[in-house]
Amino acid sequence: MTAVATQQDRDIHATVGSAFRALLLRDLFVLRKNLREFIPRTILQPLLLVFVFTYVFPKIGQGVGGSAQGEAAFSTLLVAGVLGSVILFQGVQTVALPLVQEFGYTREIEDRVLAPMPVELVAFQKVVSGALQCLLAALIVFPIARFVPATPVHLDFNWPVLFTLIPLACVMSSALGLVFGTFFDPRTVPLLFGIIVVPLTFLGCIYFPWNSLEAIRWLQIGVLINPLVYISEGMRAALTAVPTMPLWVIYPVMSAFTALFLWRGIEGFKKRVLA
Amino acid sequence: MTGKDIMTQIDDTATNASDTSGPQEVIRTEQLTKIYPGGVKAVDALDLSVRQGEIFGLLGPNGAGKTTTAGMLTTRVVPTSGRAFVGGIEVWQHPSKAKRLIGVVPQTNTLDRALSVWENLYFHGRFFGMSAKQARSESDFLLERFRLAERADAPVAALSGGMAQRLMVARAVMHRPSVLFLDEPTAGLDPQSRIALWEILDELHTDGQTILLTTHYMEEADQLCDRLAIIDHGRLLALGTPAQLKASTGMDTVVTVIADGELTSLASLLGREVEGATGARVHDGTIRLGVKGARGVLPQVVQVAERAGHRVTDLSISEPTLETVFIALTGKDLRE
Repeated sequence: MTAVATQQDRDIHATVGSAFRALLLRDLFVLRKNLREFIPRTILQPLLLVFVFTYVFPKIGQGVGGSAQGEAAFSTLLVAGVLGSVILFQGVQTVALPLVQEFGYTREIEDRVLAPMPVELVAFQKVVSGALQCLLAALIVFPIARFVPATPVHLDFNWPVLFTLIPLACVMSSALGLVFGTFFDPRTVPLLFGIIVVPLTFLGCIYFPWNSLEAIRWLQIGVLINPLVYISEGMRAALTAVPTMPLWVIYPVMSAFTALFLWRGIEGFKKRVLA
Repeated sequence: MTGKDIMTQIDDTATNASDTSGPQEVIRTEQLTKIYPGGVKAVDALDLSVRQGEIFGLLGPNGAGKTTTAGMLTTRVVPTSGRAFVGGIEVWQHPSKAKRLIGVVPQTNTLDRALSVWENLYFHGRFFGMSAKQARSESDFLLERFRLAERADAPVAALSGGMAQRLMVARAVMHRPSVLFLDEPTAGLDPQSRIALWEILDELHTDGQTILLTTHYMEEADQLCDRLAIIDHGRLLALGTPAQLKASTGMDTVVTVIADGELTSLASLLGREVEGATGARVHDGTIRLGVKGARGVLPQVVQVAERAGHRVTDLSISEPTLETVFIALTGKDLRE
């Protein structure tokens, strides 16, 4: 009897594992199918940002940073900020928008919810596939941030940080996407971008290092609730020699945000699919 | 005959039919109850048993608790109390195991819009552990069988309602579930698509597929189902084959009478004076008189009515239907 039960448990683990992989496969298949939409959607905003701030401005003598040296420093710190914002934006967009639609109008998530696996894992799978798409977006955007600026970009790679922080940032952003995707409905989703994503981006230490906000102390403390601050600062620590917030702050805070978003997101998902 | 009498009579039949030598039980619910937040009792202590290979119908008006019951059996609605078993597995203790045993066709079109017709089947097969090769050949086979092969590469948004429904049935049976659940499968379909779907369900039934469907169309229940549970307000009112249910009303003929004047007194008069009358009630401006084993009923009805000063304007006879059963049980018809 026990042997039978153990065999059944093993069977169900195999079933759950293969269902999880198949769901991931479905998302990547859809991504490949829509690559012609994914690429322009991913690169346009960072391309314009980098192009205007680090190519057009220096060329027309309206450089950010004051001097030629200042301009180069700005291009360098913008690389990290742009990558950070792309990861966050991608996570929210890739996970939240389809979910809002699937919960709101079409209920087409149903078939995946009925796949032989726990509902929590269906939600977590969304985060994993979102994170993979964030990673892809970061890879596509990196050469733009590196090679478009008219002034030299001084990169100083910290590989261990790069290889641990990028995956963490991708998972955190997708988990945030899950929170938003289960919270907003088709009617309220425009608010997501207007009221949440835009402030997150502008106050996410993309254009300036967090240390420099010391001049505006209340803002420096205020932005600490913005998860993008830690991604941007982390990227800066991984890619440049610009002084950043300490890594012993960045890692635990990002991990805590990730755990919080995963918990809220999975709970929200369960609430939406189970009556 | 009252609703309670009918219940008792059908219970006897059901007990006789459920001896141990019969086919295996695939669905069982024990005191299954769902109370939604706000206190609405959608399903109230429901005990059901569905046997292998049968088409079992949950018949009742909108809001009777049919969809909630199906939802609790398919891991989508969390029961407030009671237990639900599919294939011997307690659904809420082992939802992942239970999901392997069920195929679900929900009320709305839930096909994956990001995928084509063929891809919808292919990925469904993969979700249930099929290899790429197996999923490919099974998708081809099912599209042929469900007459969708020509639309294999079409986006699902381009399918008509009937085609989308067929594809959802194909998807639901692809992983060979022990039970196929269909929630109001023909609601919103045109008559032709409805008949096409009935044919498909009939074929699946012939192949031995156990099917549980919810419906508020009595014709559908009558035509398709081996056995039916009539439910209202979340409670089981009657259980049996369509023939048993109809026989349980105790009548073999229903006389529908439209007359002028006060109908309630006429109804009780007809119930008393017409030979073989089993009961009469007024519903929707018409009198429905149940009769058993009597001949020449219509002239009698006219005579009794005219003697009491009523002018009969319309008169018809029919056999009892499931609607008759439902009215006998609840005093209202299914469309209410």
